[in-house]
Amino acid sequence: MTALLEARNVTKVFGAGLLSAGETVALRDFSLAISGEQPSVTAIVGESGSGKTTLVRLLLGLAAPTSGQVLFRGKELTTLTGDDRRRFLKDVQAIFQDPFEVFNPFYKVDHVLALPIENFGLAASKRERRELMESALSAVGLRPEETLGRYPHQLSGGQRQRIMVARAVLLRPRLIIADEPVSMVDASLRATILNSLLTLNRDLGISIVYITHDLTTAFQISEDIIVLYRGAVAEAGAVGLVVQTPEHPYTRLLVGSIPAPDPAAAWQGERVLGRGSGAARLIPTGPSFCAFHDRCPHAMPICVEQAPPLFQTDPTRVAACYLARDSPVVAPEQMTRILAGTRP
Amino acid sequence: MTDVLRVEDLRVYYRTAAGPVKAVDGVSFALQPAERLGLVGESGSGKSTIALGLLRMIKPPGRIEGGAVMLDNVDLLRLGEDAMRKTRLAKISLVAQGAMNSLNPVKRIKTQFAAGLRDHEQRMSDKDFTVYLGDLLEKVGLRRSVANMFPHELSGGMKQRVCIAMAISLQPRVIIADEPTSALDVVVQWQVIDTLRAVQQELGAAVIQIGHDMGLMAHSVDRVGVMYAGKLVELATVGDLFAEPLHPYTKMLITSLPSLTTKQQLVGIPGSPPSLLNPPIGCPFHPRCPFAMEVCTRQMPPVRELRPNHQVACHLYEEAS
Ligand SMILES: Nc1ncnc2c1ncn2[C@@H]1O[C@H](COP(=O)(O)OP(=O)(O)OP(=O)(O)O)[C@@H](O)[C@H]1O
Ligand SMILES: Nc1ncnc2c1ncn2[C@@H]1O[C@H](COP(=O)(O)OP(=O)(O)OP(=O)(O)O)[C@@H](O)[C@H]1O
Ligand code: SF4
Ligand SMILES: [Mg+2]
Ligand SMILES: [Mg+2]
Repeated sequence: MTALLEARNVTKVFGAGLLSAGETVALRDFSLAISGEQPSVTAIVGESGSGKTTLVRLLLGLAAPTSGQVLFRGKELTTLTGDDRRRFLKDVQAIFQDPFEVFNPFYKVDHVLALPIENFGLAASKRERRELMESALSAVGLRPEETLGRYPHQLSGGQRQRIMVARAVLLRPRLIIADEPVSMVDASLRATILNSLLTLNRDLGISIVYITHDLTTAFQISEDIIVLYRGAVAEAGAVGLVVQTPEHPYTRLLVGSIPAPDPAAAWQGERVLGRGSGAARLIPTGPSFCAFHDRCPHAMPICVEQAPPLFQTDPTRVAACYLARDSPVVAPEQMTRILAGTRP
Repeated sequence: MTDVLRVEDLRVYYRTAAGPVKAVDGVSFALQPAERLGLVGESGSGKSTIALGLLRMIKPPGRIEGGAVMLDNVDLLRLGEDAMRKTRLAKISLVAQGAMNSLNPVKRIKTQFAAGLRDHEQRMSDKDFTVYLGDLLEKVGLRRSVANMFPHELSGGMKQRVCIAMAISLQPRVIIADEPTSALDVVVQWQVIDTLRAVQQELGAAVIQIGHDMGLMAHSVDRVGVMYAGKLVELATVGDLFAEPLHPYTKMLITSLPSLTTKQQLVGIPGSPPSLLNPPIGCPFHPRCPFAMEVCTRQMPPVRELRPNHQVACHLYEEAS
């Protein structure tokens, strides 16, 4: 069975360019496969700069991996031509993180929506085109009559974000990669939009990769979750396991930092754990080390000798932490199989 | 205590071919020195427009149609252009929505700060400037060396702190932060909010924090205002708002918050967002409100102070007051 889209041992290093100081490993030995037959909802979470957007760009072929491969239906993304490339452009849709960047300010919203309809011949007539655009806008809570005809700067942040969602939905792809699609909308709309993505998943079998920093919505809509920390997988598996009984100290920090919508409850933040607040001040001694060691309250000498591999702590979960070293080690590319086990 | 900022009946409309979009329609509130006010509400309800309106940064076809913005008893809406330019940043400053993405990618942080100061005719020797900027960066928890870096070398949280540092560079009386953390993870959110709180306390400045994250609001402001369709429909202390929300929109907003303990169907508020071009007659929420009465379809409910520090615009509370 060939995956619809697959990242195989992908690493992305940003070089020491003219402007920057050193090398950044934005993503390290990452593997993930999205099946074409079995629709899935996978959440990817991680702090700012952990490599989420880099992963999206790699999956979309907008950036080339430094090593490893990204495959669309078994063919390397960078070599796709003709019909294969067309198929990819239709089957895999992205909702980009920053609604302020992606719009060309000189085109009206209509253009953003009409273009894909034309490119892929989705409408036979002008009227059909209009209907398609209107239903896509309504699906994300926008009023067509007040949205069409406007320029991007005439819309609020959340409205622009929803245009991106509408555009992705319009094409009825096989996979939607959504990079922080609802970070700028209120809780009620967030629920409405995520729900419409879920409906697409259930009714039309569209797979979803949901990239977010919001663990709560990730928990609500996804089956499995991948937690990234500085470009590497910290923990991954069935969403209930990872969010409710996190194994990795970083996941625990993330879950513990979520502010409850209750002013009386305490909000614990970085006071608990901060960079340089690791249990012991350990100096890396080996060739690699756990990227979290300098913030980790449990750091041990072994953590700075070598980066922890993935330990399989449960049938459907892995954690890259020596606290789990009694569990069997699995290779990074095994993660795909383990995540697949979380699906019905 | 006297208010540092008093907004009275602010109205900002965008004049479009189809008619005026009433983005902010009669909003009033006051801020005390060092107070933190949160603004939440529907996407498109006018929060960013209020922010831009207070600084008189509305661009055509938008226009401030009326009202007053009293900053230390001076009406900003009546200031001349030049005086207003000097007031921005120095007395009232804004961390705009998406600000961290609008840092110039090819200019070092220090160059971007220097440009801001030049607008305010602040002359300093290079040496003084380096010290000044270094202090400012440290105040928001960044290393002094960040001054020499380019935006792309910084993480989202660092960039957002740079923007906060810019906003406080002239020690304003009021700082407005429009969704300062919506692109950041919870750990960094906490750091940014904590930074904002620390500098705000040090300067004694008042803060208006706009955002969608109710959890974050619960822990970072003193009072919360709720916007719906260009109107401020509820305003209360953060404790009261969460313990006893009065406006049906606020109630539904709070119940639509997802939980981390049980998977349930995510439900938003049914119905479509209100049109700002042809707003519903009466209460703007009535088409979606489960409690709507006949009067709601006719009359805009006035804002009532039901109890000290808790006001609401809803007909349900008519007799009560
Ligand atoms: N074009 C680039 N040149 C150099 N470094 C880069 C480039 N793009 C990203 N990086 C670096 O790679 C790392 C990962 O960045 P990425 O944007 O993928 O993070 P992210 O998880 O999406 O963060 P956020 O939550 O802030 O969106 C960061 O350290 C970033 O500074
Ligand atoms: N230039 C413009 N022309 C016409 N309408 C506009 C213009 N700018 C903004 N609007 C409209 O004014 C309303 C208020 O926008 P504003 O940006 O203040 O909303 P917001 O509450 O900040 O929303 P969000 O939470 O999504 O950022 C929106 O419905 C928007 O579509
Ligand atoms: S491997 Fe060590 S340092 Fe890393 S998270 Fe686990 S205990 Fe902490
Ligand atoms: Mg990103
Ligand atoms: Mg806004």
